Amino acid sequence: MNMIKSMSKTTKNNAITYAMVIIAFAVVQTMVMTGNITSLMNGLLVPLCTYVILAISLNLTVGILGELSLGHAGFMCVGAFSSSIFSQLTVDVITTGWMRFSLAIILGAIMAGLFGFLVGIPVLRLKGDYLAIVTLAFGEIVKNVINAIYVGIDEAGVHFSLQDVTSLGLSETGLVLIKGPRGITGTPKDSTFVIGVILIIITLIVILNLMNSRTGRAIMSIRDNRIAAESVGINITKYKLLAFAISAALAGVAGALYAHNLSTLTALPKNFGYNMSIMILVFVVLGGIGNIRGSIIAAVVLTLIPELLRSLNDYRMLMYAIVLIVTMICTWSPKIKELRERYSLQNWIQKKKHAKEVV
Amino acid sequence: MALLEINNLGISFGGLRAVDAFNLKIEKGQLYGLIGPNGAGKTTAFNLLTGVYKPSQGRVLLDGEDITGKSVIEINRTGVARTFQNIRLFHELPVLDNVKVGLHNQMEYSTLAGILRLPKYRKVEKEMNQKAMELLKVFDLDGDAETLAGNLPYGKQRKLEIARALATNPKLLLLDEPAAGMNPNETKELMDTIRFIRDEFDMTILLIEHDMKLVGGICEELTVLSFGQILAQGETSAVLKDPKVITAYLGE
Repeated sequence: MNMIKSMSKTTKNNAITYAMVIIAFAVVQTMVMTGNITSLMNGLLVPLCTYVILAISLNLTVGILGELSLGHAGFMCVGAFSSSIFSQLTVDVITTGWMRFSLAIILGAIMAGLFGFLVGIPVLRLKGDYLAIVTLAFGEIVKNVINAIYVGIDEAGVHFSLQDVTSLGLSETGLVLIKGPRGITGTPKDSTFVIGVILIIITLIVILNLMNSRTGRAIMSIRDNRIAAESVGINITKYKLLAFAISAALAGVAGALYAHNLSTLTALPKNFGYNMSIMILVFVVLGGIGNIRGSIIAAVVLTLIPELLRSLNDYRMLMYAIVLIVTMICTWSPKIKELRERYSLQNWIQKKKHAKEVV
Repeated sequence: MALLEINNLGISFGGLRAVDAFNLKIEKGQLYGLIGPNGAGKTTAFNLLTGVYKPSQGRVLLDGEDITGKSVIEINRTGVARTFQNIRLFHELPVLDNVKVGLHNQMEYSTLAGILRLPKYRKVEKEMNQKAMELLKVFDLDGDAETLAGNLPYGKQRKLEIARALATNPKLLLLDEPAAGMNPNETKELMDTIRFIRDEFDMTILLIEHDMKLVGGICEELTVLSFGQILAQGETSAVLKDPKVITAYLGE
């Protein structure tokens, strides 16, 4: 009996999360169809989906695995550029838009996951702050390498250069893929809000199902007590790497979505740098570490607030800091915790029930 | 053949010989006690047995299989499970899930089956739930299955740790001070539980304990360690009367 109850509890919780996403999608989609949405907001929809996916996927590393990663934007960058190059190369070969885009997303996920795996091997030996610093460095390295590199392709194969386009020495039919700081231009604009929401749902399915499976329990047991997990035969390295790689792969999916929403993709500090990684981390922390639904809400709210307060845009990062501090205080301060418990909705309902029973 | 056979086991930390020339033979189904004053090397001996430390000398045989110097995970898979002196539970996981983590290598399905919710996932999860609930029932914890392990009272946390260790289906169960921090009533209850585990699961148990009432009450044989060396070994009643042991514990 208890078992059924506990199972339905998590199932119920997950169902609420899915329902929330689907309802929000339905509302926004109706607004878009009826034209009741500003062009500013309309342009924000795909990035919003990107941020939501990033927040959910980072929660796997930070909340479920319990390791602080500051390089999430780096994995997103890998996914964005690899999928973008793929789309450019195949734009004439695969003419069906959705098929090309699906393949691009899968490739982006695989590449980012591969990077996650490779970076994870040395990095996951570290703990806490050290891990954070190394992942931060990884993110910056990826961004800066892409910013400096020129890649072109022709019949002779792939050409690399660190100077400029002409030094690539391409033949006349050659195609320049990455133009250093000018990035990639001409990626087909395949991303739509609908695809974004579908990707969010897929990400949710992956993460929530993972959490409630044998693998997820192993990952969480490592977070809670590494020594005990090892003592019951959990392979620490394997599950850490697995969680890290899945998290990175999903960031790659977000990157692919992001890249196919822009005609020019450049690796700026703004979109793939340290600020981005921190912003994703803020979504996760504000939404509640390990709380997937919270991540989604935080990502949406924190993306919308600065856009709605455009005039304050210069103070955006400052506002993040303030919101972060205030939320932290509200979450952890014993006094406020007490207040929250006293006035929580659940408590109130229970009291009502209790009162009824007494009567 | 003995279930556990330790020959001349030893480890040094720098110049300190933490455990030296440690010999032990435990028959299947035995309840064996390892006692000694603080710092005698009892927990170090446990850590050597479970692969946390690699011994600098000696051999450990479990059921005839050499497990000397193997990794913690390998040794657990061979059949040694343990509890910890300072309780180490998965605090943020429900009680039921703590035991299910223990079942990790007993009942398997792939990560992909878990993500895609394949039929195999449902089947194995159902078996896992059943098995975990059975184990919890033994320790009278089935009513707390949904509670987060960190929210359990102390005594129940100790029990849950034993349940989790048993879930790995061990041949040998190592208990590191199971009665630490328990009141006399809880200790008495624990003694019954330990005996029950031995009989019910046909388990071999090696335990470290300071509570002489518990040791005298349930252990059939004892080894006394002092400063890393064996001071006395043999039947419980005889060992506890040994003047050397009394001196080690109470002083001259």
